Amino acid sequence: MIRVQREDFDIGAEIGALCAGNHRIGGIASFLGVVRDEAGGEAIEGMTLEHYSGMTEKELTRIEAEARRRWPLEACLIIHRYGRLEPGERIVLVVTASGHRGAALEACHFLIDWLKTKAPFWKLEETRRGEKWVDARGADDAAAARWVREPDKAAE
Amino acid sequence: MRMIYFAWLRAKIGVAEERIEPPAEIATVADLLDWLKAKGGGYGDALADLSVVRVAVNQEYVKADHPVAAGDEVALFPPITGG
Repeated sequence: MIRVQREDFDIGAEIGALCAGNHRIGGIASFLGVVRDEAGGEAIEGMTLEHYSGMTEKELTRIEAEARRRWPLEACLIIHRYGRLEPGERIVLVVTASGHRGAALEACHFLIDWLKTKAPFWKLEETRRGEKWVDARGADDAAAARWVREPDKAAE
Repeated sequence: MRMIYFAWLRAKIGVAEERIEPPAEIATVADLLDWLKAKGGGYGDALADLSVVRVAVNQEYVKADHPVAAGDEVALFPPITGG
């Protein structure tokens, strides 16, 4: 399940609703991304997340399908916020649930790495010197690249 | 053709979206970017360095040799920075 929304979310309530009644689940992993108060040594007062409505939902749906193809997931949730956010506020939530912890943890890690290089979002940061569009990080591409070799094939 | 611009490309071009009618010889994304860039002004500024411009046609990421046609939705944006 994927959701793109302006509003905040409650992690406990989301995980509870996602996994309710499914007792095949033995492990639930989650990743929560929040707004930091600095970037490159400069204080951040807030940021605005812009996205490509329509394509964002398509890409997130595709990313979720890819995770389900690679790992035996019982449930999966991606929530990504847009609009203006201040330091400490929640930006993104990834939850994966599986029979065992291995698949849940790996799929969760995969989803956040893959999302960062595929979902069309852009961050505009507010600093004391004005607004600045965030540059893409090479480290994000490198993090995503480690998942290009699929787990079942990596062992061959 | 419906054009949509995001992040600093939108800021430099000055509009979030617009309808354009490129000449018939504009067949690919690369042709379209060259044609827009040649209009100068905000387009010239936004498209000065194509290594930092990404393109989606009908909401799918594409490369420079991808074809473009009159009814397409074409989006131009910088490398993504979500998550």
